Amino acid sequence: MAKRMTRQQRRLAVIGVAGLVLAVTAGLVLSNLKPVYFRGPTELATSAKVGELVRIGGLVKEGSVARDAQGNLLFEVTDTANAVKVRYAGDPPDLFRENQGVVVEAKLTKDGAFEASRVLAKHDEKYMPKEVAEAIKRKGEWRGPSDTPVPAAQTTTTSGAGS
Amino acid sequence: MIAELGGFLGLLALVLALSQGALGLVGGHRDDARLSAAAAAAAQACAVALLVSFAALIALFVRSDFSVAVVANNSHTFKPLIYKIAGVWGNHEGSMLLWCLISATFGAMMANLRGGISQGVWSRAVGIQGLVTAAALAYTLFLSSPFARLDPAPLQGGDLNPLLQDPALAIHPPMLYLGYVGMSAPFSLALGALIAGQVDQGWARAVRPWALAAWTFLTIGIALGSYWAYYELGWGGWWFWDPVENASFMPWLAAAALLHSAIVTERRGSLASWTILLAILAFGLALLGTFLVRSGVLTSVHAFAVDPRRGVAVLTMLAVALGAGLALYAWRAPSLARPAGFVAVSRDGALLANNLGLAVATGTVLVGTLYPLLVDAISNEIISVGPPYFNATFGPLMAAMFVILPFAPFLTWRKGDAAYAARQLWLAGAVAVAGLVAVALLWKGAFWVSIGVGLGLWLIVGAFTYVWKRWGQGGARTPARLLALPLAVWAMSLAHAGLGVMTIGAVAETGFRSEKSVRLAPGESTDFAGRTVKLLSVDQIEGPNYYGDRARLDVSLPGKAPQRAAPERRLYPAAGSGTSEVAILSDWTGDYYIALGEPSRTDGGQAGWTVRLYKNPLVHLIFVGALMMALGGVCAMTGLARARRRAPAPEPAAQGGAPQPVAAE
Repeated sequence: MAKRMTRQQRRLAVIGVAGLVLAVTAGLVLSNLKPVYFRGPTELATSAKVGELVRIGGLVKEGSVARDAQGNLLFEVTDTANAVKVRYAGDPPDLFRENQGVVVEAKLTKDGAFEASRVLAKHDEKYMPKEVAEAIKRKGEWRGPSDTPVPAAQTTTTSGAGS
Repeated sequence: MIAELGGFLGLLALVLALSQGALGLVGGHRDDARLSAAAAAAAQACAVALLVSFAALIALFVRSDFSVAVVANNSHTFKPLIYKIAGVWGNHEGSMLLWCLISATFGAMMANLRGGISQGVWSRAVGIQGLVTAAALAYTLFLSSPFARLDPAPLQGGDLNPLLQDPALAIHPPMLYLGYVGMSAPFSLALGALIAGQVDQGWARAVRPWALAAWTFLTIGIALGSYWAYYELGWGGWWFWDPVENASFMPWLAAAALLHSAIVTERRGSLASWTILLAILAFGLALLGTFLVRSGVLTSVHAFAVDPRRGVAVLTMLAVALGAGLALYAWRAPSLARPAGFVAVSRDGALLANNLGLAVATGTVLVGTLYPLLVDAISNEIISVGPPYFNATFGPLMAAMFVILPFAPFLTWRKGDAAYAARQLWLAGAVAVAGLVAVALLWKGAFWVSIGVGLGLWLIVGAFTYVWKRWGQGGARTPARLLALPLAVWAMSLAHAGLGVMTIGAVAETGFRSEKSVRLAPGESTDFAGRTVKLLSVDQIEGPNYYGDRARLDVSLPGKAPQRAAPERRLYPAAGSGTSEVAILSDWTGDYYIALGEPSRTDGGQAGWTVRLYKNPLVHLIFVGALMMALGGVCAMTGLARARRRAPAPEPAAQGGAPQPVAAE
């Protein structure tokens, strides 16, 4: 141990440590890179798995916003062809309105409604969340203006207490 | 006329920047001092031309000249003057002109401050900086001109996004751009040195102030953006791991690595090729950030495809800068190898660990940011990578680095004494463990928070232990001797302690925040987080370019006089959107944060309002920590400037040398 390491040994040691850090990090990256997939209401109407976290984009369906007995927010997200039911244990963000764009992170529950952990509403007229545009586009009725780039976090969000 | 003058000066600046590039490179190559001096003059003229051009754009916004497209799209006659001016960089075209102006200004400063590097390196660096300015300027003038006219001119403008009409966000973009573009100076110096084939300690010494300046501006810019998100978006979040935030965070991490590795190269001559590589990659990340924010690729890969010219142009710039930089590096780096012996437990080793950690952390952020874009481009699937990914990858890396960090100042160059450093840090260790255990016991289940608080205390007490140690070195601890400590000591200690302060704020806010949303009619009250909140009334208000509602609320602790809070909801008719102006009551425990929601019926059926209440414990520590880091950067720059004035020529740093008890700096 007390022997001085040669330059080559030292270099090997540095490379070894760097390799170890890289390997551990790569492991962390790969095990945590679990993307949340985006789905439109039309896709979800046919192929939704109970318990899978998805991002749903679309418009808040007119006349669908209500509260249930437990005080949960109930609404439907529509791409103008199909709609899915969403339940959210919290209050909607500031610009949550009927007929306005919304992006919801939610899991399908057994009763057929999506339990939302996050609700994002669009925050200004020039900007439509890309998931909302994509939902309407996937349904096949897109004729909007080219999307405009927006600065950071230009959506209001509320997170459920447990998220 | 003003618009045409601005456009003309822009073109003039482009010609000047190109001449600066040619003269600088040729002057360096032929070792011709007259050509190099001409390049320096061109750099200064270019900066002046762009300054006047930028002033012309400001004048157009102030005069609300709606015959200019950018002004018509982003301004409004009723807008307050400060936001008319801020509107200049609140849009794509104007902000790109600012990018060019900053690049040219850095070029002029480099031309003035040779900083002890050889004529050949300096001349080529000024030339490269000229080419960077020219590329950005060509892109600005030909693909996104801020001076394009509109015919017919509208009578009124489209207004700046009201969310951006905010003091913090008025200065956030210039700060961020100073940081992004600031990375071009180390890049130019790196390329200049590679072409000249001279990378020495004097070069590293010359790079340090630029890396420090860029890092400091990025720190301020990111902190302002985070603070803005905290109070303006109305729900108390301060960091989202949003791609736009990551775009500025990656260059910040790379700049932090660079300013540490440049110290090693300056003091010891080692890590030279790594420092060069970092300077190239850091500017690459700054360009990538510009590309991500400016191309529309984040809104949708498909939006990018609709008008790809802008994005492709920035990508080309990125490819050329990185390609040329890395090719030069591959060509020259083998000849730079200048191994200096050191063992793992040494200042050199600790700084190497710092660089390894920061570089890998940058990589994890890069993967998480680009992965959704790649998936979208390849498979047409839209996915998102959320905070859990970043917390799980970035968090452990930072934690490991924080454990090592306080040891570094107590280790000597080349060969350090770990046992000595550990003995010096007994107090920091004790405080950290005590804090960790206390949090773990007081708040059961707050495991991550206790780890974070422990690490934060370790950093803070460790940093000030070093100041204490230096203070007592070679004399009594008198106030005069405390003030006479080298600025570099203060700089490092402030920045590292700031990191600890920020860590404690971040984990406390994330772990212990609470929120409540209630519907209140005037006269009703609710209890939340130890205080009683009573809604007195909601009044209509009118501002210069908005109208809205303002609530009056009394917030009282039991047995104390109530504090008044007045959150607002504003609607900006010209922009067709609204903002929420929250009320924040701060004390040392954190923020009591109140946002006014929508009008709604209360459970009793009365007309009322939704009021959202948040308790954000210790959240101010996040911003105090960032401020301490920025102050550390300013101290370090001042220290370098002073050292330079005292010793204009680069001193030959002691190679090897006998181990000192505590090395300088």
